[in-house]
Amino acid sequence: MSTELILSLTSLLAIGLGYAIPLIFASMGELVVEKSGVLNLGVEGMMIVGAVTAFSVTVDTGSVWLGLLAGGIAGTLISVIFAVLAIHLLTRQVPTGLALTIFGLGLSGYLGKDLVGKTVPDSIVYPVPILKEIPILGDSLFTQTLPGYLAIIIGLVVVYVLAKTRIGLIVRAVGESPEVAHSIGFSVRKTRYAATLFGGLMAGLGGGYIALIQQKFWVENMTAGIGWIALILVVFSSWKPFRLILGAIFFGIISGLSFYMQAKNYPINPNLLNSMPFIASMVVLCITSANSKRSSANAPASLGQSYHS
Amino acid sequence: MINIIKKPLLQLKNISKVYPSVVANDQINLVIEPGEIHAVLGENGAGKSTLMKMIYGVSQPTVGDIFWQGKQVSIPNPATARKMGIGMVFQHFALFETLTVVENVALALEASEFNLSVLANKIEEVSERYGLPINPYQSVHSLSVGERQRVEIVRCLLQDPKLLIMDEPTSVLTPQAVQTLFKTLRKLSSEGCAILYISHKLDEIQTLCHSAMVLRHGKVTGHANPQQETASSLAQMMIGQALPEVKKAQKTFTEVRLSVDGLTTKSASQFETALSNINLKVHGGEIVGIAGVSGNGQNELVKYISGELTGSSQANNVVIMDTPVDGKNCAQRRELGLVFVPEERLGRGAVPVLDLKYNALLTGYSKNMLTGGAIKWIKPKKLQEFTDSCIEDNDVRCGGRDAIAKSLSGGNLQKFIVGRELALSPKVVLVSQPTWGVDVGAASFIRQELIDLASTGAAVLVISEEIEELFEICDTLYVISEGQLSPATAATDTTVSEIGLWMAGMWPDGPATLATNDNTAAQAQGV
Repeated sequence: MSTELILSLTSLLAIGLGYAIPLIFASMGELVVEKSGVLNLGVEGMMIVGAVTAFSVTVDTGSVWLGLLAGGIAGTLISVIFAVLAIHLLTRQVPTGLALTIFGLGLSGYLGKDLVGKTVPDSIVYPVPILKEIPILGDSLFTQTLPGYLAIIIGLVVVYVLAKTRIGLIVRAVGESPEVAHSIGFSVRKTRYAATLFGGLMAGLGGGYIALIQQKFWVENMTAGIGWIALILVVFSSWKPFRLILGAIFFGIISGLSFYMQAKNYPINPNLLNSMPFIASMVVLCITSANSKRSSANAPASLGQSYHS
Repeated sequence: MINIIKKPLLQLKNISKVYPSVVANDQINLVIEPGEIHAVLGENGAGKSTLMKMIYGVSQPTVGDIFWQGKQVSIPNPATARKMGIGMVFQHFALFETLTVVENVALALEASEFNLSVLANKIEEVSERYGLPINPYQSVHSLSVGERQRVEIVRCLLQDPKLLIMDEPTSVLTPQAVQTLFKTLRKLSSEGCAILYISHKLDEIQTLCHSAMVLRHGKVTGHANPQQETASSLAQMMIGQALPEVKKAQKTFTEVRLSVDGLTTKSASQFETALSNINLKVHGGEIVGIAGVSGNGQNELVKYISGELTGSSQANNVVIMDTPVDGKNCAQRRELGLVFVPEERLGRGAVPVLDLKYNALLTGYSKNMLTGGAIKWIKPKKLQEFTDSCIEDNDVRCGGRDAIAKSLSGGNLQKFIVGRELALSPKVVLVSQPTWGVDVGAASFIRQELIDLASTGAAVLVISEEIEELFEICDTLYVISEGQLSPATAATDTTVSEIGLWMAGMWPDGPATLATNDNTAAQAQGV
């Protein structure tokens, strides 16, 4: 392998992983939400509100961590709206989620009016000693900002909690059959509330990451469809958490690829390059749903259905 | 103070449950002693389940008091009930399909006991002690119904219950499995665990239970010692009149009207059973029954005959009225004279939110209910007449033709659906679980309808889990097990226990028989 190719691969992976981090945040949150049987299509809305809140707090305070925290809280608050409507008042989940996204986009545009053109400081990158020396992978995987590591750690924790702990089992059980969960004595409503709020928190953090670490300056509609890709990823991974992390990295690399090719001046229309993640999602969805029975076999059985106890 | 009189384990005093439109339980009194097997007998809708739900804390009584070991208690939720020592095995099992046995059990236990490997050992221990073998690491969806019930029972037993509530536990079991279950229950009872046994099967209650309470329309109509009563005297208390007897007609069979020839399919998912070389024939005037424990391929077979599934491995292996129907959809098959009553009444047999007249239209449209031409307008008058006659002829209790389907009780909706289908003067009738969850009176009405229809020359195929029902109405029986169909046998040439063995796959050349032979052969070769 020529040195140049290795360098290209390394930088491509590094860019790809950068794009994967917000996807990991948002899709891991949505995975937990969907595991509990709730389909919240408002991920994009929660992310963008998280982004604008995070950005404005960091502009005011200068602290990336405070901004990120504020973004997470904002995402959670937006998800409370969804939870009250869909879980408490039993509105239909799909239109409620869509409304949430439209609401979030509008709200962020309004709140972000005065932020246009402002910037936030660069976040410091912390390479992990020793591990960063691994060829190709070292420079991408182990050369992240602290919030980047946080995403990876939260992702792995979610994998573990869902598979191995009682609380994870309860979430899965509620999503599998709320009737049975209720008859055994679990509160379907509380479980779904908790899952939905966790999803909001994670989407908010993802939005904050985009604003503070990836873009570092404010433009309207900054999340640009990442929330939708996070939703697709959950389906694409067949609701399997570890596959979800790998899927996020795959999509990150595809997003990175378009950026990379533009930087390298490849003679391809940049609009086409920018739409690559969405084209890839369509292709992937076609492939995974080619055998619809197999791909949906792992879906939480009560996904998207209101439950009235 | 010495308490000489032993306190009863559970006592209900004047319990009533009032729902906005109905009094489900009216002034119920009940006393259960430790170790007693107490039957609660009643038809569907008599209020048995409502009463059990209050004891298990799923709902609360409107008035009345509950005493547990002499102390007055309120049971706000199932978790409290379990802590007190009340366990319940539900009729429709409260299990999570995609989780494993041990995960299912863990969910019902205290958080402090969450250790899956320790729990798995405990499950094996308890299941061995009570003769309920299960593998703790198997996924529930891959278990048979009998095995699922064992999971439910073991889950209760792990909580050291003092009272075990069993809701219609035998409705899905083979006769042999029922015997095993009874052994387990007797052992529990001898160890001091009281059992509340809910059923509408009189013979079971007579063999198993020490005492019985009979409910009708939410009221207690009698307490009895079931061993001293006859089946008909119990039935009298239960339905308020003598049980109507189903009359068989004299039979003459005509030509083959429905045949399945070498149907072999692949399962598309883990929840489906693959069918393997299914052969069956139904003649005009004949009632053919397929027995089997649910989940052995009945669903798939029914769908391949009704047209909900098409495209098996071979072409033309379902023939209706001499017409190969491979590739024909449900409506095209109905045009050949097929009618179909699926096992799910709501969602497959009827649209829950549509009123009865539009549900009648769904399959009855061919009865001159539509105008000709490109736009087929509905003829409202014809539709109303048809619906009204379905309701009147079948004694469907409902709010008239404008009542929506899901507002009807299970038995009444089933009578309506069966009536709708049979009013289409069918040549071939396919019925799945015709009396599932239907009360005794409605069930014998439906059986009589099927017999009367066959005597007019229709070919009838009945798939059912209730062996007694099949023996009551069928001329010819098959058994399905693991996607394979047994040879045909005349109902008069076989016995309930033989069919029971066949349901476990043990007919000559059946799946279980072959497996045993393989093992024996392997052992003989010293493998």
